[in-house]
Formats: sequence, structure tokens, C-alpha cells
Amino acid sequence: MGLNMPARLKLFIPLILFGVLALFLLRGLSLDPKELPSALIDKPFPAFSLPALGTEQMLNQDAVSGRVALFNVWATWCVSCRVEHPYLTELAQQGVAIYGINYKDEDAAALQWLQQLGDPYIANIADREGTLGLDLGVYGAPETYLVDAQGVVRYRHVGVVDERVWTTLLQPIYAQLQDGGEG
Amino acid sequence: MIPEMGHFALIIGLALAFLLATVPAWGAWRRNTYAMALAPRLAIGLLVFVAISYGCLTVAFLQDDFSVSVVAANSNSLLPVIYKFSAVWGNHEGSLLLWALILCMWTAAVAIFSPQLPLLVLSRVLAVMGGVGVGFISFSLLTSNPFARLLPSIPADGNDLNPLLQDPGLIIHPPLLYMGYVGFSVAFAFAIAALLGGRMDASWARWSRPWTNVAWAFLTLGIMLGSWWAYYELGWGGWWFWDPVENASFMPWLAGTALVHSLAVTEKRGLFKSWTVLLAIFAFSLSLLGTFLVRSGVLTSVHAFATDPARGMFILVFLAIVVGGSLVLYALRAPAVSSRVSFSWVSRESLLLFNNVVFTVATLTVLFGTLFPLIVDALGMGKYSVGPPYFNAVFVPLMALLAPVMAFGPISRWKRDSTQRWKAELLLPGVAAVLCAITLPMLQADYNLWVALAVLLAAWLVFGLLRDTWFRMGGAAGFPRGLRRITPSYWGMVLAHLGFAACIIGVVATSQYAIEHDLKMSPGDTDSLAGYDFRFIEVAPVRGPNFLADEARFEVTRDGEFVAFMAPQKRRYLASGSIMTEAAIDPGVFRDLFVAMGEPIGDSGAWAIRLHYKPMIRWMWVGAIFMAFGAFTTVLDKRYRRQRSRAASAADGAEYAR
Repeated sequence: MGLNMPARLKLFIPLILFGVLALFLLRGLSLDPKELPSALIDKPFPAFSLPALGTEQMLNQDAVSGRVALFNVWATWCVSCRVEHPYLTELAQQGVAIYGINYKDEDAAALQWLQQLGDPYIANIADREGTLGLDLGVYGAPETYLVDAQGVVRYRHVGVVDERVWTTLLQPIYAQLQDGGEG
Repeated sequence: MIPEMGHFALIIGLALAFLLATVPAWGAWRRNTYAMALAPRLAIGLLVFVAISYGCLTVAFLQDDFSVSVVAANSNSLLPVIYKFSAVWGNHEGSLLLWALILCMWTAAVAIFSPQLPLLVLSRVLAVMGGVGVGFISFSLLTSNPFARLLPSIPADGNDLNPLLQDPGLIIHPPLLYMGYVGFSVAFAFAIAALLGGRMDASWARWSRPWTNVAWAFLTLGIMLGSWWAYYELGWGGWWFWDPVENASFMPWLAGTALVHSLAVTEKRGLFKSWTVLLAIFAFSLSLLGTFLVRSGVLTSVHAFATDPARGMFILVFLAIVVGGSLVLYALRAPAVSSRVSFSWVSRESLLLFNNVVFTVATLTVLFGTLFPLIVDALGMGKYSVGPPYFNAVFVPLMALLAPVMAFGPISRWKRDSTQRWKAELLLPGVAAVLCAITLPMLQADYNLWVALAVLLAAWLVFGLLRDTWFRMGGAAGFPRGLRRITPSYWGMVLAHLGFAACIIGVVATSQYAIEHDLKMSPGDTDSLAGYDFRFIEVAPVRGPNFLADEARFEVTRDGEFVAFMAPQKRRYLASGSIMTEAAIDPGVFRDLFVAMGEPIGDSGAWAIRLHYKPMIRWMWVGAIFMAFGAFTTVLDKRYRRQRSRAASAADGAEYAR
């Protein structure tokens, strides 16, 4: 066995790297990837000024408030978004107002997607750089925010919206807000 | 009663694994032949009891014993028998037991098929595998007991197996994948035994090479089946999503690919010793890390098993012991001085070094991308997700870098070669590859540069291999006698490299030429796609054993000639009420046609229909099958058996007798 110390020390590098990795994994165990900061709940929807997808027209927070609506964060690179898309279409047909936030995506791909799969959205905010996503605290697509008529964020759902999520989580709050509730 | 017997057998298995991990290791340390000789017997006993335990769980599934909680949660009396059989591993507890069973199979296989291995080495190898077995069996018993009962209130019927898993591909996908994951434990055990023995030489590499190749082949098949399953079962025609769980299986594969090549250098030239040992540790550690990521719930994935922090903690501690322990051993015992054997830059060693660098970098980029959300979250910097754009952006160029160099590999010579010779050898293949790249993409209407590049790389690889095979055979004069001179190892390499070329073509052609139509269709409508006319005939109700379905029937014609009848289904599973899309696929060598049903639209009988034209997608999976069979073929090489016995007798006489 060589007693060349620097060379021997080099062999400890993998161990050190693994130690660092293990610490992160340990920390990861106490974090729930699905549990998210809810800083925006009961706060107004963040101010923004972004183009509507496929047009040069600019949208801001006032343009999209005034009614109880869902804000759905989606992207063409997101597999789960494709899964939830048919259900969103169904909700839109039932008269639920849905705005899209096209998150870190290419406009052309997004427009093609809407053309092929149908467009459940009243309008789409083209958040190409993810700036609105950052303000909202989006960590991945899909995410769906329930916003009341005054433009206040009332609920946030991470992951696919399907029939179960809608009936058990979103719809009760939606119905309450719709009835005028505490607004 | 039967589940209790299974539980009891598993406890006996744990005891045997514990003995296997300790007694032979003690024997190897004290040079006690009796203690060492116990190792193979303990290994076989361990397999017997874990197999009994596994058999008991299978019986509980087959008998619809809903008092056992995993059976109640994952089976149903209407479930077809074959799926009751595979439902055993369609859940966390059962799949873990399968993991343990496969580990015991590998352990017993090493015990049985290594009669020529020096007892000292064999006992160390089996002890290491026994230690891994202790970890997995106690993980099963302590945190995820598959035999737990639901008493006294026994459910009348079970919740049924997740319909996504009720599929022939999924019957064999997990066992193959586990064969691969766990198979790397053999390479790992040989590496640890070599470190413990302090004898790091070519014989170590030669012993572990066939095992590593077989494990790698199984992992290749497992990943391939997973991708194939995602393609036809998930219903949107994709085949790879860079999902954390896919990455968990892909990382050991990448590290294993590097290992397979690095072992060649260590065996033939006695070089890269420390590096090869490290890769062996790395490949198995990534298998364990994959297990941790999938079962602890630290990352979100579509494959989510029921997760539980206690399980995560258990695997993390286990991971720390196994990986941390082996890296400490590595740091203390690996040869620190570089070998005196040298090689020039123009040599096979450098080419294989390049392979190793590419695959290691690829492994690390995938590892980084997979763990990035976790790391950022742990640092309190918010929540991120890393999507396919990242992985494609780093992975594709790496593979593109690999392919040009790959053609030099087989023709190159060890130690020192000359660029002159390479030029002479590969001029013709190079010209042929360029010609192919220019002409072949013209078969499609619009000339696609990416496809041309893929054809160039793949053809370069194929022609290089042909040139080399021709050369080894002794040219036309040597046919057919020269063919026999070529060893199974060489044929294996040729098959695997051809498979890689097929994969390049398949992946690029599919990504570039695929056509997708998502549209609303009513019975009677026709849509044309890439020259094929899809006529929607009707929608009919169909009844399966445990589901009801709407089946859309399509007739596909091309220029008026009948091509295929296709019938995708939308199924509602009775027990769970879940809705599943069953795509219809008309496979072909040069193209797949794919039809899937979306949602019904309105009351007029119209449906959202997805039609895909996927050119050459099969090439990717056939390529993977080639790679796997190539790796299997190498094991047939007589050289391993012959040299093993020679090495063993020589070694027994010398150092091992100390």
C-alpha cells in the first residue's frame, strides 16, 4: 500500500461527497415535497403585466379578476398537465372560469397544444420567464389556484386536478365563494 | 396460517443472512476453513427460506386471503389469476420481498457457479451479500411486513390491483429491473472482497465481469420494458419522461455501463484498478439510492409507492452503512499509487477511458437533475422541478459525443496504436457512413438534419464494427472458418454496439418524424395521417373480467388497401372505479400506428381521439434487446471458466494460502 499521503487523501473524496449527499437526503426526509408555502393564501393575487398567449395584448391582475376563477399553471413539457387537461375542459364546459398560466413554455408549442387538445381557458397568461410563477410560489406544473371575485387567492392545489380533487377539495370552496360567502 | 408460516420463514431467513454475513467473514479473517466453507451452504439455506416466505405470500394472493392487508389493498376476487400472481410485487411490501428473494437468488448463484473461486474470496463475497441481505430482510420485517393481518374485521373483497399494473409488460418489468439492480450487488461484493483482501488485480476483474454483464443485461431489459409499457399503457405515446423513478433505474444503468467497460481494462491490462472498484461501489450505491428515492417519498413521482418516513429513515441508515462503509474501506485500502503500466493516448485504454468519463458525467448529470429539487428545498431556497428540457439538453450531446469515438474502440489495440492505422482501417466505413447519412434521410419527404446526423453516427458505428469483424475473421479468405475464431465476448460486444446504433436511429427518428393528431371524431369519420386513413367505424361496449369498456373500432387503410383493424378501449375497473385508457397499436419495423381514446364529447357519440404515427420507435427497444443479448452472450466465453480455474489454482498456491 502506497504511503503517499496526498494520493491517499484523494481516495477520501468519494466518501466526503457521499457524506454531503447523505446530509441532504436526511434533510429531505423531514420535508414533504407536496407541502408548500401558503404565503399567498388570503392575500391578493400578485401584480403582473404579461402578454396573453398568442397575442401582443398585455394582461394584468385587474383584467383577470372580477369573478371566482381557477388559475391553472401548465406547460407543454409537463406530462401531468396532459393528464388533467380533459378534466379542465369538462369543468370549463360546466361553466367554471379557468385562466391559464402558461409557465416557462414556448408560445408556439402551447398554441399548438390548445389547438389539438381543446382550450378550456378564458385567457392564457404567457409566463415565459416564470416571473409570475415566482411571485405565486409555483414550484412545478401543474398547479391550480382558486381566486375569488376580489382577486384574493383562496386555495392552492399542487398536482393534477381530477374529479376527486375537484369534488373533495376545490368545489366546496368554489361553491362557497360563488354564493357570495365572505368574499 | 400460511401467512404466519411465510412470516416465520422470513425471520429464519434473516437469521441465516446474519450468520452468512458474520461467520464466513470471521473465517476469512481468522483463516478458519470450516467457517469459510459454511458460506455456500448458508447462501443456499437463505434462498430456500426466503423463497418459502415469498411462496406463502403468493399463495395468500392466489387464495384471495383478504385478511392479509397487502392482499386486501392490492388484489380482488375478480382479478385474473396471472395478475394475482404479479400483484405480489405490485405494492411496496411485496416488491421489497421480491427484492430480497432476488438478492438471495444471486447470492446462491454465486455460491453454486463459483466452484473454482478461492474459498477465501468466495466466503468474503458471500458474506458481503449476506450483509446486504440482512439489511433488506430486516427492512421488510421491521418497516414493511407483507404478512400483516387485518383482524378482526376482514374485508369482503379487495381493493383490486392498480389497473395501470394490470398488464403483461408489468408482470415481468419489476422482476427484470430488480435482477439488474440486485445483480450489481455481486460486482459490489467482489469489489469489497478485493478491498478486504488487499489484492487488487486482474483476477478480481475477471471473476466479477460475467456477473456484472448479466446484471447489466437484466437492467437493460427491465428499463426497456418500462419504457415500452409507458408507451402503450399510459396512453399518450411517450416513452421516456425523466421522471425521478425512471432516473432511479437509469443511473445504475449508466454507472453499470461505465463499469462493464472499465472492468475490461482492469482485466486485460491491470489498469484503472481503483477506479473500477469505485465504479462497482457507485453502481450498487445508485441502486440503493434509487430504492431510497422511490420508497421514502422525498421526491414526487408518478410511480409513488405508499411512502412512510420511517422507511425512508431505515433505508437512509442502511445506505449510510453500506455506501459509507464501503467508501471508508475504499479510501483506506484502494491502491493509491498509479500503476506503473502505461499506455499512449492513441490506444484502446484511452478510448475506454473516454467511455468512462462520458458515462460518469452522464450519471452525475442525471443524479444532479434528479436531486436538485431536494437540494434546493433542503437549503430553503424554494421548490423547483427539473423537467425534460434540462435532461435532454445535457444528455443528448453527451451521447452524440460518445458515438463517434465508439467506432474506434473495437479496431483499436491495447497499449499503443497509431492514428495512421485507424485512418486506414476506418476510411471506408467513414465514407460509407457519410453516404448513408446523405442518402437515407431522403427517403422521407423533407430532409431532416438531425436524422442525417443520427444516421451518420449509427452508420459509422455499424460499418466500423463490420470492418473489424471482417478483419478478425481473416477477410474473405477466412470465411467461414474465421468466424469460429471469433469469441463469444467479441460477438457480445458487436451485438451490444449494434443495439446502441439501433437506439440512436430509433430515438432520433421517432422524435423528429412522429406525427400526432388529437381530434374530435364521430363514428363514420375518417382522418388521414402520414398516408394512412383511419376510419372510425363504431363504439361498442365490451366486458372484461374485472372491467367494463367502451371500445372504438377503427379500420386503417393505405391507398385503399387494408392495413389494420385497431380497437382502443376506455375501461372502467369495477372494484376501484378507475378509468383507464387502453391504446391500440399496430406495430411495424418502420412505423407504429397508435390510437387512443380521450373523452366522449357531447351526446352525439363523438370522442376525442388521439392518432399517432411513430416511425421506427421499435428500433429503440430492439436496440436495447440487442444490448442485453450482447451482454448475455459474453458470458458464454470459455475464457472465463478456463482462466478462472487457472487463476484459482495459481492463487491458491500462492497468496491465498497465507
